[in-house]
Amino acid sequence: MNKNTSPITMRRKLLKALFTLPAAVALAGTSFISTAYAAEANTTGLAVTDSTVKVGILHSVTGTMAISETGSVQAEKLAIEQINEMGGVLGRKIEYIQEDGASDWPTFAEKAKKLLVNDKVAAVFGCWTSASRKAALPVFEQYNGMLFYPTFYEGLEESPNVIYTGQEATQQILESLNWVVREKGAKKFFLLGSDYIWPRTSNKIARKHIEKLGLKVVGEEYYPLGHTQFNSVINKIKLKKPDVIFLDVVGGSNVAFYKQLKAAGIDMTKEKPLVLTISVTEDEILGIGGENIVGAYASMKYFQSLPNDNNQKFVAAFKKMWGDKIVIGDVTQAAYLGPWIWKAAVEKAGSFDIDAIKKTLPGIEIPFAPEGYVKVHDNHHLWSKSRIGHAKADGQFDVVYESKELIEPNPFPKGYQ
Amino acid sequence: MFADYTWAELGSIFAMQGFSGLILFSVLLLMALGLAIIFGQMGVINMAHGEFMILGAYITYLTSNFFSTFLPELFGIYFFIAIIFAFIGTFLLGAFVEWSLIRHLYKRPLDTLLATWGLSLILQQLYRTIFGTREVGVSLPDWMMGSYSLTDAIEIPINGMIVMGITLFITVGVYLFLQKSRKGKQSRAVVQNRAMAGAVGINTASVDRFTFALGCGIAGIAGATFTMIGSTGPTSGQLYIVDTFLVVVFGGAASLLGTVASAFSIGQAQSILEFFLSGSMAKVLTLLVVIVILMLRPQGLFSLKVRR
Repeated sequence: MNKNTSPITMRRKLLKALFTLPAAVALAGTSFISTAYAAEANTTGLAVTDSTVKVGILHSVTGTMAISETGSVQAEKLAIEQINEMGGVLGRKIEYIQEDGASDWPTFAEKAKKLLVNDKVAAVFGCWTSASRKAALPVFEQYNGMLFYPTFYEGLEESPNVIYTGQEATQQILESLNWVVREKGAKKFFLLGSDYIWPRTSNKIARKHIEKLGLKVVGEEYYPLGHTQFNSVINKIKLKKPDVIFLDVVGGSNVAFYKQLKAAGIDMTKEKPLVLTISVTEDEILGIGGENIVGAYASMKYFQSLPNDNNQKFVAAFKKMWGDKIVIGDVTQAAYLGPWIWKAAVEKAGSFDIDAIKKTLPGIEIPFAPEGYVKVHDNHHLWSKSRIGHAKADGQFDVVYESKELIEPNPFPKGYQ
Repeated sequence: MFADYTWAELGSIFAMQGFSGLILFSVLLLMALGLAIIFGQMGVINMAHGEFMILGAYITYLTSNFFSTFLPELFGIYFFIAIIFAFIGTFLLGAFVEWSLIRHLYKRPLDTLLATWGLSLILQQLYRTIFGTREVGVSLPDWMMGSYSLTDAIEIPINGMIVMGITLFITVGVYLFLQKSRKGKQSRAVVQNRAMAGAVGINTASVDRFTFALGCGIAGIAGATFTMIGSTGPTSGQLYIVDTFLVVVFGGAASLLGTVASAFSIGQAQSILEFFLSGSMAKVLTLLVVIVILMLRPQGLFSLKVRR
């Protein structure tokens, strides 16, 4: 069948022509903000109509990672609903298409392609592990999509097609190490992580920084993902007597580690040694049990207990949508920022075009973010504050430290690689 | 590497290390027992073993919630009641699975692998739907989570002691059951010669169902016990499955003694290596040694001599 002569195509062409007419008039005319016509706010064939715009949500809701990614999905849906209540983006309601990455990295790439090529979504909020992001990244670059990635991660990446709304490693690590050295007089450190790229890179940065401060790393250990027996390393820690155990153990291993640490007679509230983690949020504590981790310190940019007004509203809205029992961790908040940053960039550009928002994204400010004011850096990461929380038995954190200034994101830290 | 430490420190560390090797041994053995029974006695490779364990853990979670809500004064001992519930729950599910799925596949052992793997995926999704995607925290009575200090440097984790106790109890129980009880003897007879056992009047179908259910029940006990030391989530069972198979295959499939010896040697080797090397390297070395030994002795450490 010759596609050019089919009646449907003809009709479509006619419609297109009809659309471009007023759009051209509008272009020639003066400024307008929220009522740009579809053809004009969208010159690249994205799924935008005069009343709706489609976006994608791409997280694992099945498989191992579902435990972690569920919170992000909930946060993104909340942000989208709130934006729609306020009238949408450029006068268009957001409709989301949710795809399941199924904790399988190639599936993320496949689904990303489906969202970009078949559904022509204007933005994708998703990916969680670095592995899933790395798998989907070539797809976003090839088809020129825009991904909003919520997780704190190891850095060493900067793509024009990704906005990283979590902290990169230096933002999370350097301030917290400075803090334990300054406030707690720590001199000896023991680094312990799961064996993959994020903990290894993070510990490398931590080690360099500790050595720059003239202090000592007395041990550095990695255990396979999913390892559940930590008695040996706990004995080793007892023998080396570090002042601080610096932890980036993830997943089910986390639960095993804290339970066994407690059973080995190390009372974290005595801070001998002090436990400082960059991998435990309120979400993880649900599995670990507050009574097993009370007294540990966590370095994050967001804690559910932050007292500011933005956060009070956010927590209330989140609980209203997803139930009273729910807890909100660092990544969940970062995922919530994604749709808002995208909205601001689109409205600043007056267009949904990816190339247009690439220009307007750097410098976007979100003054109403639950974590407080944040701003997009030229390198597509966020300026944000570093905070340290002290774990309580009820599974929440007391925020004991907050950096005065926003910390500049530095995904390629010189001298730390 | 020892220069920095005093003799007293070294002594206590070796004591602690030996003890953590024993704990690891108990954990591995408890994990592997259920699988060893099913694999050894029936030749069925139960890929859903981890999910049966997690069912035990979830039953413990439910029991703990029940006790803290309705019988808070008995919370201190709920754990042992939970273990019994966990056994009953997984035993019944095991019997049902054998009846509905496994018994149709006895002549096709490789298909049981596929079928039980499918079962494990179904169970995972079921847990996710019922209990949510997040891990649940099983709260334990305080007395079970502390440690008992022997000297200043040597502290014995109480949960480790409990794991060891339960493992000992179950292992001896299983041994006595297989050697002494009527049902156990029948089950061994079926393993050695199914046709002959049938000919002398043993109901092999019912023996199979009971054996499979028993293996699952023990997995449930293991799962309940491990809530003290590990996580409880829809996919937590996957954390145990590799180690479990390792122990069973290394020990020799049909031998309970082999499973014990294998768990002991793997546990001690890993614990010692972990102390001198990093965790990942210790794992690599342990696996390497196991592979080499299995190349030399494909039947595992111990094997049952039967005429086929």
